[in-house]
Order: sequence, then structure tokens, then C-alpha cells
Amino acid sequence: MEQKTRTLTLTEEEFVYPGNRACAGCGLGIVYRTALKALGKNTILVVPPSCLTVLQGLYPIAATKLPCVNVTFASTGAAASGVRAAMRALKKENMNVVAFAGDGGTGDIGIQALSGACERGEDILYICYDNEAYMNTGVQRSGTTPQGVVTTTTPIKGKTQLKKDVPSIVAAHRIPYLATASAAYPLDLFDKVKKAISIKGPKYIHVHTPCPPGWGFDTRYTVKVGKLAVETGLFDLYEKDAEGFRLTDASLRLSGKPRKPVTDYFNTQGRFKSLPETMVADIQKDVDLKWAGYC
Amino acid sequence: MHLIESGNVAAATGVKLSRAQVIAAYPITPQTPLTEKLSEFVAEGSLTAEYIPVESEHSAMAVCIAASSAGARAFTATSANGLLYMNEQLHWAAGARLPIVMCVANRGIGAPWTVWNDHQDSISQRDGGWIQLYANDHQQIIDTVIKAFRLSEIVSIPVMVCYDGYLLSHTYMPFEAPDQDRVDAFLPLFSPKNKLDPDQPSNFNTVTLPDVRPDVRGNLAPGYMEIRHTLHQDMRNSMEVLKDIDQAFLDAFGRGGTPFVEPYRCDDVEHVVVCMGSLSYHMRDVIDQLRSEGVNVGVMGVQLYRPFPDQAMVSALSGKRSVMVFEKALSYGNQGALYADIKSALYNVDRRPLISNHILGLGGREIKTQHLYDAVKQACGNPETLGDTPHWIGLKCQAS
Ligand SMILES: Cc1ncc(C[n+]2csc(CCOP(=O)(O)OP(=O)(O)O)c2C)c(N)n1
Ligand code: SF4
Ligand SMILES: [Mg+2]
Repeated sequence: MEQKTRTLTLTEEEFVYPGNRACAGCGLGIVYRTALKALGKNTILVVPPSCLTVLQGLYPIAATKLPCVNVTFASTGAAASGVRAAMRALKKENMNVVAFAGDGGTGDIGIQALSGACERGEDILYICYDNEAYMNTGVQRSGTTPQGVVTTTTPIKGKTQLKKDVPSIVAAHRIPYLATASAAYPLDLFDKVKKAISIKGPKYIHVHTPCPPGWGFDTRYTVKVGKLAVETGLFDLYEKDAEGFRLTDASLRLSGKPRKPVTDYFNTQGRFKSLPETMVADIQKDVDLKWAGYC
Repeated sequence: MHLIESGNVAAATGVKLSRAQVIAAYPITPQTPLTEKLSEFVAEGSLTAEYIPVESEHSAMAVCIAASSAGARAFTATSANGLLYMNEQLHWAAGARLPIVMCVANRGIGAPWTVWNDHQDSISQRDGGWIQLYANDHQQIIDTVIKAFRLSEIVSIPVMVCYDGYLLSHTYMPFEAPDQDRVDAFLPLFSPKNKLDPDQPSNFNTVTLPDVRPDVRGNLAPGYMEIRHTLHQDMRNSMEVLKDIDQAFLDAFGRGGTPFVEPYRCDDVEHVVVCMGSLSYHMRDVIDQLRSEGVNVGVMGVQLYRPFPDQAMVSALSGKRSVMVFEKALSYGNQGALYADIKSALYNVDRRPLISNHILGLGGREIKTQHLYDAVKQACGNPETLGDTPHWIGLKCQAS
């Protein structure tokens, strides 16, 4: 088995400046910093409008020390394909071409361009940070907002529909590497990004990304909330590649062990305040069923 | 090399000679054979380029935007709804100052569906910051494509090369394809100053504030409005650049000399017909006939529509008794776009001509030479009576 990165073996070089424009306690801050460390210098980033656009700073000041092209909301997958095509045309091999997009930019408006890029077998890494709503525009529901969550467009009663399973949609393209990760487990994310860029073809990493103002929890609890999503079995860390599907890291350690009840997770966040008891029971049942399938 | 080929193949040949490095496209009639031809060039190895068969026009322009940002010469082509599907991307490409070249095989826009020719597609994109050139025949298509790459790369503004769907895209005509080495001498390799490069990392198209803002060293950087003002100024100045390029092309290949407008038998005439695309050549037959009958009229084709060559319009049209603008597009609820632009260019001249607007050929409605003849003859007979409302040519009944 490959060596896992530990805090002490993590590379020191940073590619995003501190003091950027993310909110205090932003999960994306952790995800972006960690992923960029793993990517290293030979990287070109492609970013659609999202909280990341803002995190990166306002012209003429930028928080990122890597070349980055901001593109339109629906076009991320195609734009990354364009950068890769230019790298081939200009004979610049050994460049990581990385799309970094929110859940709305990935699973909703950007899904067509992402699907096209996966189907064409583009040599790109697509990282989706899933904060489970349109945060940049002020917490509106997205396809990946979980059931029951109150947003500004699912007020009072919360979202009635289920969370869209974007990694499964991407997996249906049978790409060579797909993984999920969490802002609460940055070392696992680091290793997955490293592995992804060692593989040719389309790679996709879906990162669960807690957001204090959007989810309604105190800024100091970002990691705790992210861990609870994994420990309750709601969000699972896994990899899918030529060798098949496997749970990783904290989710792997969880298999065969008792999980925390989903209410432990829901109770940490204001956005679940309208969740009816019956829905909680159904969600718990779904989680149990899913985990029964893992064993 | 002499070729007898379709207008789409003339365009594809121009793109090949221009050594486009990244090509992305999505099929739409009547553009499709152009990009099919390019994929064939790439597959057979006669063109070394990355061909990306994207899943939509929005993505085609995304590929071009990103590839151009990364320093590659990028090309795409489309028509009608494909062009409209790119709308957001067109504005983005212009705002980002990317020298992308795109062919538009002009076609009417749905609804209702039509695949036939008019100019509503590209005209509807006139305000987005793209340079728009219109070709009248196959020779102009191939020549304009080559010139367009040079122009866009000097001024860092994207260029649309428009030509009539079917009338030019699918008809066969003889034309001359210049030798590769002479095109290479005319069009140097693309090497932009700013590109996506880890050795000089920078963040492109970041959120920009309404006001100016100092950078980390204290130097003042422009705000959104300065950036947009520069685009406008550079677009205006691109007319001089186009003139020089056209002259250089004339010197090298012996063709050109009319970068903005192409007058035909307009010297010392009383009346001038103005139109765009192949219609201006069609109109020449009518002009010849009317001249033989003693009607003092010429025709002028418009080859540059954005930036608008207002000075060229003034020099060509002021002092004429009347100007008739024939066009295959309009701003619904108002008038033809070209008509309104020409009228505004002539507003301040001392000897302002009478001016009239004639709408025709929408959605491929056949334009009969007889219709043109009748309309021009009548208009020249009593230009005072025509008024400011568009005259529709060739209508047969009312839609219910
Ligand atoms: C075509 C288009 N539609 C809408 C918007 C407005 N918009 C900007 S960011 C955004 C939400 C982004 O959500 P997500 O991708 O989840 O990223 P997040 O803001 O949550 O980080 C929206 C709707 C836009 N910029 N472009
Ligand atoms: S709204 Fe949420 S995701 Fe966006 S910057 Fe703030 S904490 Fe981060
Ligand atoms: Mg989001």
C-alpha cells in the first residue's frame, strides 16, 4: 500500500496566500489550500463563478500563486479541455490542468460541459467542492442540497427533494479515477489529489465542504461538522478506479463498526431546523441500507 | 493553387493555411461542412491541430477562450442558434481580449425553425465587442479568414468572419488558395504577451470593482469601466490596423484594397444601394441593367460592420441624392440595424442624402433579380416619398 501523507510529511510550500476573502471557518479554504499543495507549481486552474472566485481576490490582487483563468458558469469542463488542448498544441506536457468548481457549477449548470469532457476522455482533474447550495449568491438551493435543508429558496419547510448524487453521475462515464473527500480530512484529500494527477484521462474528486454561514454553525466547528457527516455515514469517503470501488480513510475505519446517529450531524446546524422527525427516520434508514451494501 | 470548392471549404482552407492550433466545433447547418473539413484535415495530417468535438456551442467557445488564454491560436465556426447559444461566451471572449477567429455561415434564427440564409444571427451579436467582417464570395472568404487571424492577434479582439449560408457556404466557385509559405510570411506565429503560465502566474478575468484600485505595489490598476473603455478605443483603432493588413495582403497576394466598403459603379452617381454579403454582388447585375437604362445608381457592399466604418460611410455617401439600404435582418420593432447605423453616421454631414430601408430575404426567402430591379428603380424614381419605415420586399401574404 502507498505511503499516507501525515502532518509531518505534508509539503510546506503554499500556493494560496493567507488573508484571502473566504469567510472565517470556510471549508473551501481548507480544500483549496490542501489541493493546491498537492498539485504543485506546474498547474493551470480553471474556475467558474462561485465562492472560490471571491476567495481568489478582487482585481488587481490575487490570492493564488498559480495561473488561473476565470470562466463562465456553465463552461468549466469545456474550458479545462481547452487549456489541455493548448498544452498539447504548445507541447507543454507535464502540466496539471485542474478545474475547481462549486456544486452548482458542477452538478447543475456545468454538468453538460463536465459530461462532455469526461466522455471525450480529456486529461483533466475536476475538483468539485460541495457546500451543498449556491453560496456565492446567498445560499439558494442547488441539486446537491440535501433533503430537508432550509435555504433562501427553500424557506420554512426546507428542500423536499433528494440530494443529487453527482459522483455517481460522473462515475457513469467510466473515467479512470474518481474519489470523494472531505474538508475535514485534508490529508486524505491531499493523497487523492496526488494520486489523481498521476493518472492520465479525466479524474474527478467530489469534496464535502462545510460552510459556516450557509449551514448555520459556528466558525470553529467546520472540521467537527465535516467529520460528523462521515462518522454518521451520511457522506462517505471512497475511491473508484480500474480496481473497483473502495471506502477509504475514516469511512473505511467505520466499516463493521457502529456509526453515530444522523441526528448528531443534523443537530449541529441551523439549516436542518425544519427537518421533520419522519424524514430523519427515513434518512437514517437509507444510511443503514447503504452501509449494509458496503459489507 | 486554383480550387473550385464550396464556401465552407474555402473557409476551412483559410483556417488550415492560418495554422489554427486548437479547433472546437459543434454541428449546425449550414456551417457543418466547414468543421467536417477541418476534422478531415486534422485526421489526414495535413493540419496539425487539436480538434475538440465538443457537446455544444457554448463549450466550443469555452474551449477557444481557454486555449487562447493559454497561448494557442483558436478557431470555431457556427450559425444561427449555435451563435446565440454562445452569446455569454462571445461577450466573455471580447472582454477577455482573446484573438479568436470564428466563421459564421449566416442563417435565420428560430422560431419558427429555418435553416436558410439571412443575417439576423450575426447582426444580433453586433454589440458584444467582436469585430465583424462580411465576405461576398469564396475568394473573399478564404482571404478574410487569413486576414482575420492577423487582425485579431494584433489588436487582441476576436473576429467574426460572416458569409451567407447556402448562397456561399454550399455553392461552388473558383478561388485561389495562397501558398503556405507566403501565408506563413504574412501571418506570424501567435505568441501573446500574457498567457496562462506557471512561471508568471496571474489570475485572468477576476472580479473587478467599479472603481480603480492600487495593486500590491501601489500602482493604480483600471476598474471595469476603464477596461471596457479601452476595448472600445482599441476597436475603433482596429480600423487603421485592418487598413494596413488589407494593404499588406494586397501587396503580397494582389487581392483586396477595400477593407471597409466595396463600391461598384458609385463614382459620381446620384443614388447608392448599400447591402452586405453576397447580396451586394447580386445587386451588381441590377445596377448594370439600370445604368444601361440611364438610372444613375451604384451599389456598395459593407465588409466591415463592427467597428462601424462611419467615416468610410460619410466619404462614400455624403452628397448623394439618395441611399437605399437593403438588408436581411432588423431590430424588431424598429428598423434595419445597418440602416440605423448608416443614418446615424450621416446625421452630421452637410449634404445629407435621403435614405430608405428595404428588408428582404428573411429565412431564405428567394431574392429575385426582378424584385431588386423593381425596388431600386422605384426608389431612385421618387426617393422623397419613401419615408423612414422599412419597406418589405417579396412579402406574399399576412401570417395569421
Ligand atoms: C450564467 C450564470 N447564471 C448565474 C450566475 C450567478 N451565480 C454566480 S455564482 C452562483 C452560485 C454558485 O454556486 P456553486 O457552484 O455551488 O458555488 P458556491 O458559490 O456555493 O461556492 C450563481 C448562481 C452566473 N454567474 N452565471
Ligand atoms: S459562504 Fe461558505 S463556502 Fe462561501 S466563502 Fe463563506 S464559508 Fe466559504
Ligand atoms: Mg455551492
